[in-house]
Order: sequence, then structure tokens, then C-alpha cells
Amino acid sequence: MEDAGIREERNLAQPSPAADGARSIPALLQRNASRFAGRHAYREKEYGIWQTWTWAEAAGEIEALALGLINLGVNEGDFIAIIGRNRPHFYWSMVAAQSVGAIPVPLYQDAAAEEMAYVMDHCGARFAIVEDQEQVDKLIEVQDRLHQLEHIIYVDPRGLRKYDHHKLHRFIDIQEQGRAAHYEFIEDLKARRDKLDYDSICVMLYTSGTTGKPKGVVLSNRNIIEASKSSAGFDNLTRDEEVLAYLPMAWVGDFIFSIGQAYWCGFCVNCPESADTMQTDLREIGPTYYFAPPRVFEGQLTNVMIRMEDASRFKKRMFDHFMAVARRVGPDILDGKQVGGMDRVRYALGNLFVFGPLKDTLGLGRVRVGYTAGEAIGPEIFDFYRSLGINLKQLYGQTEASVFITLQPDGEVRSDTVGVPAPGVEVRIGENGEVYYRGAGTFEYYYKNEESTKKTKDADGWVATGDAGFFEEGSGHLRIIDRAKDVGKMSDGKLFAPKYVENKLKFFPNILEAVVFGNGRKQCTAFVNIDLTAVGNWAERNNIGYASYQELAGHPQVLEMIRGHVEDVNRSLASDPMLSHCQVHRFIVLHKELDADDGEMTRTRKVRRGVISEKFEDLLVALYDGSEEVFTTTEVTYEDGRKGSISATLKIVKVEVAVEQAAKVAAE
Amino acid sequence: MKDMDAEGYTTEDGRKIGGVLMEMRNITLRFGGVVAIEDISFDIREGEIRAIIGPNGAGKSSMLNVISGFYNPQEGEVWYKGAKRPQMKPYQVAQQGIARTFQNIALFEGMSVLDNVMTGRIRQMSAGLFAQALWKGRAEAEETANRAVVEKVIDFLEIQHIRKTPVGRLPYGLKKRVELARALAAEPSILLLDEPMAGMNVEEKEDMSRFILDVNDEFGTTIALIEHDMGVVMDLSDRVVVMDYGKKIGDGSPDEVRKNQAVIDAYLGVAHD
Repeated sequence: MEDAGIREERNLAQPSPAADGARSIPALLQRNASRFAGRHAYREKEYGIWQTWTWAEAAGEIEALALGLINLGVNEGDFIAIIGRNRPHFYWSMVAAQSVGAIPVPLYQDAAAEEMAYVMDHCGARFAIVEDQEQVDKLIEVQDRLHQLEHIIYVDPRGLRKYDHHKLHRFIDIQEQGRAAHYEFIEDLKARRDKLDYDSICVMLYTSGTTGKPKGVVLSNRNIIEASKSSAGFDNLTRDEEVLAYLPMAWVGDFIFSIGQAYWCGFCVNCPESADTMQTDLREIGPTYYFAPPRVFEGQLTNVMIRMEDASRFKKRMFDHFMAVARRVGPDILDGKQVGGMDRVRYALGNLFVFGPLKDTLGLGRVRVGYTAGEAIGPEIFDFYRSLGINLKQLYGQTEASVFITLQPDGEVRSDTVGVPAPGVEVRIGENGEVYYRGAGTFEYYYKNEESTKKTKDADGWVATGDAGFFEEGSGHLRIIDRAKDVGKMSDGKLFAPKYVENKLKFFPNILEAVVFGNGRKQCTAFVNIDLTAVGNWAERNNIGYASYQELAGHPQVLEMIRGHVEDVNRSLASDPMLSHCQVHRFIVLHKELDADDGEMTRTRKVRRGVISEKFEDLLVALYDGSEEVFTTTEVTYEDGRKGSISATLKIVKVEVAVEQAAKVAAE
Repeated sequence: MKDMDAEGYTTEDGRKIGGVLMEMRNITLRFGGVVAIEDISFDIREGEIRAIIGPNGAGKSSMLNVISGFYNPQEGEVWYKGAKRPQMKPYQVAQQGIARTFQNIALFEGMSVLDNVMTGRIRQMSAGLFAQALWKGRAEAEETANRAVVEKVIDFLEIQHIRKTPVGRLPYGLKKRVELARALAAEPSILLLDEPMAGMNVEEKEDMSRFILDVNDEFGTTIALIEHDMGVVMDLSDRVVVMDYGKKIGDGSPDEVRKNQAVIDAYLGVAHD
């Protein structure tokens, strides 16, 4: 099917150039409000029921809010911070901000007050639209550093009644004031809205950054709309898609899916009731277009496997039998390849008894296009979903590209590549192996950071991704090896690619996170985080008692199990002549989970190597000095920002290194 | 004592407390030869959080049971909304708008959270058995209206994710919250909480405290609670009655009570004569 959105847009543009308003998100909203007036734009589950807003109603809500913002004194060019979980109100806030010529800056709602203070001070936000008391409290905590912050608007009034309301306003009150002042400001609003064009700023998103302070990536309407248009065309997205908005609003992916593509195509965005009900809500909505980072797919698979362990023997045998069929022929059937008649019958039976109900339970029964990105996904995990008949694909992207750099076309899906360049995007590999790209989605600049802008984006518009990769001969697909700056050399000059090894480790459900060291050293070592769900369940089945994460992580049998996994990885590395020297010799299972609150990871859960090796320096020393155990004390930050510390004596586990020809020679 | 008159008083954080909603006058309760409560008087004012504290066996729960109509005191009078309350059965007391939770959770373990909370609305359902069974006409409208109230409470107490989970499968802290939800669903004038924090860890206590404060703030519900954890009570309540061995040994704001010598003695365990 041809993309209806694009075709209709052309028709609309022909009669009069003025009717072609799709030069900004607010203009797309106007278009949708008249063209898709009665179709659903937003749903949110509240009070146990899916509450719905049509495009016309959403446009009304957004207009009322925009008028209210003008009434409150928002000027063109102001920055408005938006802090909350995925709710229609915050999507409206972003578009309302754009409508009045302001720039929305969504922040991670789980960020600590300190982190928010940095970002809000950096952009000088005059206004903030936040969810509830928790966020208001955080802003009040750091208010003496936010001289520019004038007004806070909150959605959920609970617990805020007694607060000083000089600068604090309720969301619906602002909308009410906006409606009351309709005739006073409507002309102003229209004038501001009409001024918006392809070059005006659409949104500013702060990248979490694995090093240094966050950078404000400025994306124009051109970036967002062009990226949405071409990617929607690539996957034939239509107005009939259903998506579940549950990923952080501060992340570029959510902005593209829930605003860019949703407004371009006119499809409905569904917001879960709360973070805890996401799985139930996913199942009720049954999205057709779904995006999740690998960790979500891993988590779901782990849950399925845990539940199958507890299932009756008959069910388990049926599951195992049909999953074997699915693994053999499922991906081929999905790709439309030749498959024997008997196998098709077997697969259809499996679909009836196992895959169909399973997909339905996972909420993925209707997924037509599914994407995963952000990290490498384990081949077993990837194949599991594809063999069930879910069209899960990979893409490679970043904030600076308005997401899309490469995408996997239908029928050319593999777990070890990230696909071909997205439509309208050029990709080239630099001399040092680094991946560069340019295209319509390429960001404008880093806010108030000319130096970084210059370093990242050259005069011709090429942007350095910071990732090392290469195009595979034959297929023309891009393969990413590692972060360019993480790729290092061992002391003997051989290639050190930590992430490659870490990903292999993380593919085991019992291992949540791994950090591999070895740059400039003779041997590789690792820190490991266990997955509490998977290991906890295993412990329960094996009658191993434990009172805390720390105790379980230090249990001798757990260490033994992890050692087995590491040895498996070593064996697999030994067969790769390029990387056989990256085998892990010794490791420590950490006594705490690596956490964004402690600065050990980014909010998108990427490990910060620098911070970790500094913070756990004593452990790192112990990994290399041959000691058998080490006592350590670590500072931790609780969710409310208080600090505490935990101490533990950690065992250092030695691992057998698989012998490979190359390794043997090097050792001698 | 606080500056008080018939119109009530204003708390430190600026909340307006109304007139007397319930008054206990010279209550004495005996079980055979044991005197559980001896000549106790105090009042509960509209919109306040009133705590009854005391060491184990002080008679706190007995007092709560007198308020909820479970026990009838041998002497003394209970005045409610300006009228003397005759002897009543607990269900009649509930009909007057007094809801409670229990120290050792009393929920229907096999039923879902939603159904448990719906039972809090029974007072508001009047359709006949036949109509209910067919779920037609008034029964349907009634259930829809009641469900709306229940969903507000579920949202308020943040238990959406366990809406359909059988109560028996929930951990203790959540069960306590479900019980609070059921009491709240009745939209009571007075909410009686019997040791809402018993057996909880620090984090759960903090959560529960926040819910209690929010209920009072959001719905203006008058709350009478029993606790023996002094710290929590002092932070939460506007006025505190202290009991020991069935007698009232203190009454006033948390600060006043904290300075009261009799109270200090009771809690530190000074020898009695």
C-alpha cells in the first residue's frame, strides 16, 4: 500500500501553496484536526478505562493550553521544560509550546534534581510543565540555581494544595484561563503559529552522553518532519497504526514515534495507566507498530522462560516441541522464503496452540513492524521473536540524526547487522573506521556549545557517530563493532573491543550488565551484574536462600554459574581470530546494580566506563594484582537523592581461558 | 492546649479544622473484672487527624472498637454529629459514615483487589437481588457509578497494577493499602485506622504516611488512627490522645504530648503504684 499521508499531502499542496501547512508540527496538527477530525489521536488509560481524544479534541486541548501559555507570558524563543511520564498532557504541552513559538525541552522524569538543575540552567527555561508533587519538589529543591525559572505548571494536584501558588499553576487552570482569554490572544497565537517554518526549532533534546555533561541537540521542523516522512514511507506506516507510548519522553525515539510519525501519518498514540501496568496495557492495545530497546525484549523472554519452567510437563513439552519447529522455519516463513508443505502445517499448528496465545500474552499479536535499537540484541533473543512470526527488525540511529541512520528492510533482517542507510540519509565510513552520516534529519547544532558542534558536524554536514563499523560486502548492510572511543589496544597492540565481549556476556539471561576492562593491559577482566529476576528464580528452584541482592550476588553457586557463562563466552571468542585475545581471565560479580542515579550509567542505560573504573578503582586493582578477594565500600544514592554506603567483601573468580592457536603463540 | 472554640482551629500548616464531629464522654468499658477503658473523654474534630497512642495493652483498640460500635461501653456516651448515639450494631455505625481498617487485615483473600474495594460500596447499593443477578436497569447504573468511585480510589492509592490480582497473592504492605482503599471507597465521614503501619518497613511506612496525609488533604476526611510507633504519629497527627492501662494520661498537640511527664514515664517504663 502506498503511503496515504504522502500522497494526500501532495494533493493538498497543489490547489494553493498556502494550504500546504506541513512545515511545522502545529501545522500538521491543524491538518489532522480537519482531515482526521473524528479519528482517535490519543488514548490514555485512567480510572480503569481507555479515555480517548480525537484529533479535533486534541487540537482544542492544545489550543486552550497555548492560549493559556501566552496569557502566562510565554514569549517566542522561550524554553519550556517538560517533565513527566508519557501522558497526553505532555504531548499536548510540547505542541502547545511550539504553537506559541517556544521550544519544548523534555527531561527524563527519573533524573535527580541535580541533573535537572544543570539542564534547565543551561537552556534557561522560564517555564516548566511537570507531572506531580515529586517533580515540583525537585525543582523547588534546586530553585536557587534556576534564576530564570518563573512558573511551574503541574498536571496532578495531589499533595500540592498547601504549596505557595504564586508561581505554581494547575494544568487545567492554565487551559481554563486560555479558553477565557480566547478572543484576546487568538490572533496572536495564529500569527505566532503561521511564523513557524521548516527552519524553526521543533524541539531540543539533551543527550545523556556516556562522557561529560549532557548536550542540547537542537532539531528543526525540517529534521523531524523529513525523518518522520521518509521512515514512515519505508515501513508503509498509515493512519491506522496503534502505538504504545511508554519510552522516556526525553528520548528522541519517543519524540519521533509519538509526535513526528504520529502527526505525519495521523495515527493514535496510547498512553499506559502507569509504569507498572505497561504489560497489561500493551496487551489491551495490541500495537501494530512497536519499538523497544533490547532490554525490554530480553526481560520479556526471561519472563516467558521462567514461567515455562513452572508450567506443567505437558505444556512445557508442547512449548519445546513447537518452538523447535518455529526456530527452524519461522524466520523463513516471515521472510517469505520457500518452506516445505509439511513444515508449514507444523508451523500453523504451532501458531494455533503456542505462538498465537504467546504473542497475545506478550501484547505483540498485532505487531506489523517492530524495531529494536540502542544496543546490540542477542541473536537468540532476536531469533526467538522472529520465529514466533513477529516482524522484529533493527535500526541504527541517534539523537543527532533524528533517530534514523540505517534500517533493515523487510525480508533482509539479521541479528548482526543494522541494515541499509535510511531513505534520504548518506552514510560513509571514515579512515579510522568511524561511521559518518548526513541527511535531512541531521541536527542543527548543540545549544550553546559551538565547540562540540564543530567537532561532531563538519562544514559539509557530515556527522561523526562515534561508532566504529563497516559495510558488509554483498548485502550492503552496516555492521557496528563498538563505540569508536571504546575500541582500544591491549598492551601487545591487539584490538580491544569491550562492548563486543560485554554483549556476548549480556546475552545470558542471568547477566544483566557487564563491563570489560583490558585497554593497555595484558589480559581482559570484567565486572558483572546479575539479573535479580532470573537468578532469583533460579535460586528459588534450587533452594538457595538469600536476603538481599548483595547476598545473592556473592553466593558461591551463583559465582560458579556465572563462571560457566564466562567460559562459554571465552570459548566462542577463541574461535574468532580477531578477538580471541579478548577472553576474560578474571571477574568480579558486583555487590550493587549499576545505576543511573549513581552516575554509573546513562539514563538510557549505557555504561559509563570512566566513572565505573574510577569509582571501583580498588576492585579494578584487585582484578589485576592476583588477590583472591577484596573488601570495598561504595557510595550509593537513593531515589530521593539521599546518599548512603554499602560495603562487601567480594570474591574474585578466575576463569579458564579457551586455548586457540593464536593465543597459544602469543603466550609463549 | 491549642486555641480552640466551637468553630475549630487552624493547624501549623494552615489547614482549617472544623467543629466537633464526634465526642466520647466518660467512656468506661469492662470485660468482667478487667477494666479496659476507664472514664475517658475526648473529641474528634472535623477534618483533623486524631491519633490514639499508648503502649501495648493500653486499651487503644478497645477504644476504636467502641467508636466503630463493636463494643458497647458500660458507662459513658458517644456523641456523633451533635447527637447522642444510641446503642448500635457495627453495620449501623458504618451506615452513619464511619469506615475502618483492621490491625490484622480482614480482606477477602480469594477475591480480586477490585472486588474487595467494591465491597466498600455495598452501603450505596440498593438494587434488589433479582436486578443484580440480571445486571439490568438500576443495578447496571448503580454498579457503573460505584465503579467510578472505586477507580478514583484505586488511582489515588496507586494500585492500578494489581486491580485484577487476587488479594491472597499480594505482599503485606499492599494488602494494607487495599484495606485502606476499601475503607475509602465508602466515602466515610470518619476513617478509623487500626495500626496502619504495623509490621511495615521504613519505606512502606513513609508511603502509608503520605497516603494518610493525602487522603485528609484531598478528600477532607477526618481520620482517627491508632499507632504505637511514636515517631510516625507525631509527624502525622494534629492532636494526640495518650492512653496507658485504660486511662487517658495526655491529650493535645504532638509537642504538648511529647513534653508531658506522664507520657514520658509511660513510654520509658517508670514503675507504677
